[in-house]
Amino acid sequence: MNLLVQLAYLLGTALFVLSLHWMSDPKTARRGVFAGAIAMLVAILATWGEPDITRHLWIIIPIIPATVLGVWLSQVPLTAVPQRTALSHAFGGLAAGLVGTAKFFYWHAEPGTPHLTPFITFAILAEVILGFLTVTGSLIAAAKLQEVKWIPQRPWVYRGQNVVNLLALLLAVGLGLLLMWSPGGAWAPVLFLIVVFLALNFGWMLVMPIGGADMPTVISILNSYAGLAAVAMGFVLNNKLLITAGALDGSSGLILSIIMCKAMNRSFTNVLFGAFGQVQSTAVAGDQKIAKSETIEGAAQIMEQASLVVIVPGYGMAVAQAQHRVRELYDQLTKRGVDVRFAIHPVAGRMPGHMNVLLAEAEIPYDKLMEMDEINPDLPQADVVLVIGANDVVNPAARTDESSPIYGMPIIDADKARSCFCIKRSMNPGFAGIENALYFADRTYMLFGDAKQVVGELVKQLSGQGGH
Amino acid sequence: MRRSEFARYWHTPFGLACLSLFLASRAAADDVAESAPAETDTSSEFVSMLFVFLLASFIGIGVIRRVSRLLHTPLMSLTNAISAISVVGAILLAGGEHYPTSVRVMGAIALFASMTNIISGFLITDRMLKMFKTRDGGKA
Repeated sequence: MNLLVQLAYLLGTALFVLSLHWMSDPKTARRGVFAGAIAMLVAILATWGEPDITRHLWIIIPIIPATVLGVWLSQVPLTAVPQRTALSHAFGGLAAGLVGTAKFFYWHAEPGTPHLTPFITFAILAEVILGFLTVTGSLIAAAKLQEVKWIPQRPWVYRGQNVVNLLALLLAVGLGLLLMWSPGGAWAPVLFLIVVFLALNFGWMLVMPIGGADMPTVISILNSYAGLAAVAMGFVLNNKLLITAGALDGSSGLILSIIMCKAMNRSFTNVLFGAFGQVQSTAVAGDQKIAKSETIEGAAQIMEQASLVVIVPGYGMAVAQAQHRVRELYDQLTKRGVDVRFAIHPVAGRMPGHMNVLLAEAEIPYDKLMEMDEINPDLPQADVVLVIGANDVVNPAARTDESSPIYGMPIIDADKARSCFCIKRSMNPGFAGIENALYFADRTYMLFGDAKQVVGELVKQLSGQGGH
Repeated sequence: MRRSEFARYWHTPFGLACLSLFLASRAAADDVAESAPAETDTSSEFVSMLFVFLLASFIGIGVIRRVSRLLHTPLMSLTNAISAISVVGAILLAGGEHYPTSVRVMGAIALFASMTNIISGFLITDRMLKMFKTRDGGKA
């Protein structure tokens, strides 16, 4: 029986690896989801079938509300996918943290505590610390993404914040070492609860000072932590399926956060402790630069006569829910023989790949969605670049202005196109509060207004004229 | 990620594994010192688990590096559903024969949390992937 369970876990492991392998191509990706779901089903049934599992009602009762909530959470609008993802990281962390805590207290109550070897204690502590810091960290991240009122969107900082955070972490590690020293001691449960308390606090303290454009990195890091918590649980329970699946999740989060950091030319430590986005209150005083604006009619005319139009979407497009209007614009221009492509910066949006999902939802063919490195060489040949709700990712100051906080960040070279239209509500600086040199460039024209409305008017203009 | 970038970061899982290996060796030394021949078995178990962790991390990095940037959002919701494999631990606690009620309750809450992740994770990933179409598929 036990051998059968182990073989089922082995099958699960293979299916999980294949599942991620199939994600490499949109053509096979859905097969990947299917393989993952089968693997999960196999793992659940194999575990449930173990002879030791006799209290079936205790398993069935939690599954019912979980199914209801799960189905509901899977139906959120795609603009809300980042906060759903953050929320599910919190759930994953909670599961790991609770299992670790329960195991610790159960094993601690045994006479002589034969199970709590230093290694197991270490694994439990890792599981609990990673799990619980993911819970509060992800909840804060989800609240920030959902724009809950009592959580500040902007980074929240105070003097000596990093010292406090670091001390909390060091204290947790120190107490953890004490616990490893003597896991069976009478005061061990108290120490353990203090570690849990510190981990919970460390989580929210870590995420509160981070905001805006750094959210994709934060979500990826929390993804990694949730995976590593599952790995630690695997060590505690001596279960290799947990270790493999957790390691796959952990490395996925790691790679995504590295990509996000690279796309902003920043390091992990800088994202976690740098509190980006509150630095730039120093407005450029003195020389008042003037941005030119353009009428809808004029912009539509230029686009109509273009041969290559590149659209740069950003978080503003998601906020305005403009993706379906963008699709209509794409249709109108394509109908006139204009080549329309989309330039997607890796950190556009609030989670990795966010823009791609929104544009795919609007049924824009995915072969028109180009990565930054792919599209940049073509931009000097582009007749029109249309920037919709993107800001820092097209700011040429990243290339030229060494004093700019985003200096060195790879950007989409919108300023190199023959002309550039930027849709923007007003001239207020964007989320990071950095002035965008693109708006004042010679070939840039502003289209002021709400993204959805402006794109809608462009479509109306194009469909009104000529009417083919 | 390009190859050179990969080379700069490969040490992270490796470092974690080394740290754990060091701790395991300490634990093993303790076990041996405190007699009980049965316990040396458990320390070799640890080492074999570390092997699994190390290899799985390398496979994970190798496989995920090849995922198109197009699919990074579905990738994250899929890995999130996969990491809800902690449901296994939750089932063992909630349904186990000999656990006290307090442990069972924590297990049941953990089971609820990870089951929610499994269901919503796989469903939403599939829902997103259904939307990725080429031009021919899109017109159909």
